[in-house]
Amino acid sequence: MGHKKVSSSRRSFFKTAAALAGATVASAALLPFNGIVYAAGTGKKDKPWYGIGIDLEKCIGCGRCANACKSENDVPHEPFYFRNWVEQYTVKNDGSVKVESPNGGIDGFKQAVPDADVFKSFFVPKMCNHCSNSPCVQVCPVGATFVSPEGVVLVDNNYCIGCRYCIQACPYGCRYIHPEHQVADKCTLCYHRITKGMSPACMEVCPTQARIYGDLHDKEGPLVNFIKTHTCQVLKPDMNTSSKLFYNALSMEVR
Amino acid sequence: MYIPPQIKRHVLLLIVFVVAFILLRSLLVPSSFGQYGHYRGDALGENAARIPKYSGKDSCTDCHSKIVDQQATDVHANLACETCHGPGDAHVHAAKSVKLPKVGTRDFCGLCHTQNKARNKKVVPQLIMAEHYPEKNCIDCHNPHQPWDIKK
Repeated sequence: MGHKKVSSSRRSFFKTAAALAGATVASAALLPFNGIVYAAGTGKKDKPWYGIGIDLEKCIGCGRCANACKSENDVPHEPFYFRNWVEQYTVKNDGSVKVESPNGGIDGFKQAVPDADVFKSFFVPKMCNHCSNSPCVQVCPVGATFVSPEGVVLVDNNYCIGCRYCIQACPYGCRYIHPEHQVADKCTLCYHRITKGMSPACMEVCPTQARIYGDLHDKEGPLVNFIKTHTCQVLKPDMNTSSKLFYNALSMEVR
Repeated sequence: MYIPPQIKRHVLLLIVFVVAFILLRSLLVPSSFGQYGHYRGDALGENAARIPKYSGKDSCTDCHSKIVDQQATDVHANLACETCHGPGDAHVHAAKSVKLPKVGTRDFCGLCHTQNKARNKKVVPQLIMAEHYPEKNCIDCHNPHQPWDIKK
């Protein structure tokens, strides 16, 4: 009697564990792994699915995009609300990061950090990311903000009750209460222009063509080509917003 | 079958509530709500109906083809007219009464051409504005439509 007796309950535990592990492996073989989905969503097949590309290597921080957006979309010049704006990042030699956006960049930038202290510096234009999994759409209590069939996040300004919930929810700070209409306002990717075949005002005026927009369904189109040929990232991918604003040459300091 | 009177009253009350709910809902919910999703379908059209203010370079070439041709020969070729002159739709529709601004000041040109560490030197030539002919205006020497055709 040299060996220990294995109790029947332990035997049944091992049996159950083996069966569960076997079933998991078998079901994994039957079902293909669906964890990695196209991050930007897919939309409807018969409609375009718009996204945006911004090439930070080309952006010279002139602020014409922010200025054009204000003129095109009746955003008041004061108080300082923006649908899009430009930020200047300066990483200093000691590792600290300085972010400036005086009047959204409309009046130009000055480099306050002396050249000797600058490790690197760059401009980052910000605007609505037109997420396909938008936090702002999810929190709207009345259904006044929504993703259009083309993948553009819009506000129904006749239906919005101005509760400001969406402003809290947007991780990119792209919404504000319009001081005259008292309802939420945001970038519409110039929906009134793109539906007429024109490009959004900010892209129309960009002197270096740093900004492009396009249909993510069109695999030969300018935007998909841009994503293919550049190392693009989205902002805050950990928020799982499925952002459709792709930045080329984005530094890790950008938040 | 005997139905107690309090049950009858409750059923009647329930019917009244359901009818009132359906009536109120049909009055309060806009007709196009839910047409495409959990929003008012008409909002798509309302968003799309606004009139664009930037009309694009094509609308400039009809009258200003000479300047557009001149611009195409130099480094400012890829600039839209409205980048510097502002939204042009009003001018397109009333060319005589609405004139677009010609800025051309040192501050305005400096928005792109002031030296800044954040600006890519390969994309745009940059100057220390205080050192480059500080007594002159940019357009005294440079034609903004053809910047390297320097006026003597």
